[in-house]
Amino acid sequence: MSDETSEQLERAEGLGAEIGEPEEFGAEETFEGAQEMATEAETDPVRLAIEQGGVLRLPESSDVELNEVSDSFGEGETMILNLGPQHPSTHGVLRLMLELQGETVLRTKPVIGYLHTGMEKQGEELTYVQGATNVTRMDYLSPLGNELMFALAVEDLLGVEIPPRATWIRMLMAEMNRVGSHVTWAATNGMDLASTTMMIFGFRERDLILSWNEKVTGLRMNTNYIRPGGVAADLPDGWEDDVAVIVDTVEARLDDYDELLTGQPIFRERTEGVGVIGPELALALSATGPILRAAGVPWDLRRSMPYLAYDEVEFDVIVGTVGDTFDRYAVRLNEIRESLRIIRQVLEKMPSGDYRVQDKKVTPPPRARIDESMEALIHHFKLFTRGFDVPEGETYVAVESPRGELGCYLVSDGRNKPYRMHVRGPSFVNLQSVPPLLRGGLIADAVAVLSSVDPVLGEVDR
Amino acid sequence: MAGEGTEVPEAIAQLIEVAPVLADVAYDTSRGQVVFFPSREGYLRIAGALKAASFVTCADLTAVDYLRHLDRALPPAVSAERFEVVCGLLSIERRQRVRLRVQVPESDPSCPTLFSLWPGSEAMEREAYDMFGIRFIDHPDLTRILMPEDWEGHPLRKDYGVGRVPVQFKDAPGPR
Repeated sequence: MSDETSEQLERAEGLGAEIGEPEEFGAEETFEGAQEMATEAETDPVRLAIEQGGVLRLPESSDVELNEVSDSFGEGETMILNLGPQHPSTHGVLRLMLELQGETVLRTKPVIGYLHTGMEKQGEELTYVQGATNVTRMDYLSPLGNELMFALAVEDLLGVEIPPRATWIRMLMAEMNRVGSHVTWAATNGMDLASTTMMIFGFRERDLILSWNEKVTGLRMNTNYIRPGGVAADLPDGWEDDVAVIVDTVEARLDDYDELLTGQPIFRERTEGVGVIGPELALALSATGPILRAAGVPWDLRRSMPYLAYDEVEFDVIVGTVGDTFDRYAVRLNEIRESLRIIRQVLEKMPSGDYRVQDKKVTPPPRARIDESMEALIHHFKLFTRGFDVPEGETYVAVESPRGELGCYLVSDGRNKPYRMHVRGPSFVNLQSVPPLLRGGLIADAVAVLSSVDPVLGEVDR
Repeated sequence: MAGEGTEVPEAIAQLIEVAPVLADVAYDTSRGQVVFFPSREGYLRIAGALKAASFVTCADLTAVDYLRHLDRALPPAVSAERFEVVCGLLSIERRQRVRLRVQVPESDPSCPTLFSLWPGSEAMEREAYDMFGIRFIDHPDLTRILMPEDWEGHPLRKDYGVGRVPVQFKDAPGPR
């Protein structure tokens, strides 16, 4: 442990003695300073290092090479540029403050919160039955992933085992969702690199997935399909044909993507060697998902800590070597192929049986039963008014969303609403990787690099 | 629940083997997940030991306001406080998660920062500060992250109201 850490340790040990007086937070005392980026002279050195992306130089290791650019610019030689919050390349309402020297980015600070709607607070006011409608709106490109993590967390606390068909339906929907999310990413990334064709292509493929969502769940987005206890409805008749068509179409069109972008010199020029992040830094900054895998760390929760039935299907974890923008592109593109591979296996292995657990306290009775049974009517009514009680306890459940580790820390106090529902949004955490990625690059590349991080601001701000 | 004389679960025993400092820390398992309850003073030391034992990533950090449950069940050595800082660590090598729950009293809502161990905890600690008013000591940039910088109060505290938007129903008298 370095000197700085041990200093902090000493300080922490004397904590009680040092800060004796209870603090009341009034209006003025909750102000802790501006969120914006200040000039270099006014910035604390540690904060400066964060903005320069040099956090690993700080406490322990000094052997990490950064994109070295000269730090010593006189006053007036650099300028601070505000990118966003309303800018098409920021994929939502993300605001980046960049310090520039000419066209070179020296420091970056993401300023977020423009889309904050207090969904975690809201989640404490909604019953477990209603909860899925709340979380599904966080990451609007991957609604089913959000529902999945919430449902898994609630089921973990309930101790409910869901039927195999529900598990496999969930897997099918989650992988379809991953395909949809990744093609949308490819579309917007193409748009940022001025490839409008890619944008049209990507959204075309996404529409296949959205139409499939509509057919199965009744809604294109925010589906509320995966619920605690199973899924909302069984797959429609003839779903196998639909899935087969989607898989074949997307697979064939991926080759178009390859032709359009992968081998194209301009695209490669703009992405190769741009925005490089190494495995140590990515891990230290808690990055997950394609960023971490592109940096060469084979970490995919579907493989490393399997949930659902991912241990029963074959797929490869795609890993990059350099950790640049091109690697992140390649990882995502090939993850689409792996998802299609999983979907094909789901198609073969889909078990028959019930699509939800037949526990009247958790899932509603079949519609027909309501007409003939008073008890069923009462169960139905109770479930949709009061919901169900969840035993006391706390759990953390994580799934691999298209953007990385999507976790849910759920605390129940035995009532019908969560006592605390925390969502670990991968986009939120991954944004910390932006300063080191942009450091030393050109402002024109900043747009491409930011896009390769794939933040979804609905999830960042929640 | 960890009590005297009960057998130490295997996952925890293995962790104590690689990080002996954990032997003195209250532990529990929740739904098969490993949870440690370090004191606020020992928090950084425990976290450092876990980092040395291959927990290279701080996957998640948040807080909980237990205002309505000050008498909740905890291991006997831990006295319940209003706030808890909950930190989820991840070991790639061991494929394992460990959760740390640190008790933070209402009278002094502060806690050491993990920034020096895992720089990735920075944004998550800012969020916990923003939402709960827990001050992370020595945090390099302890400003609000989701709320506007001049916002009053900390929204996820249990004594902070939810707020409502009035809904205009059909045929109800309008505002004019």
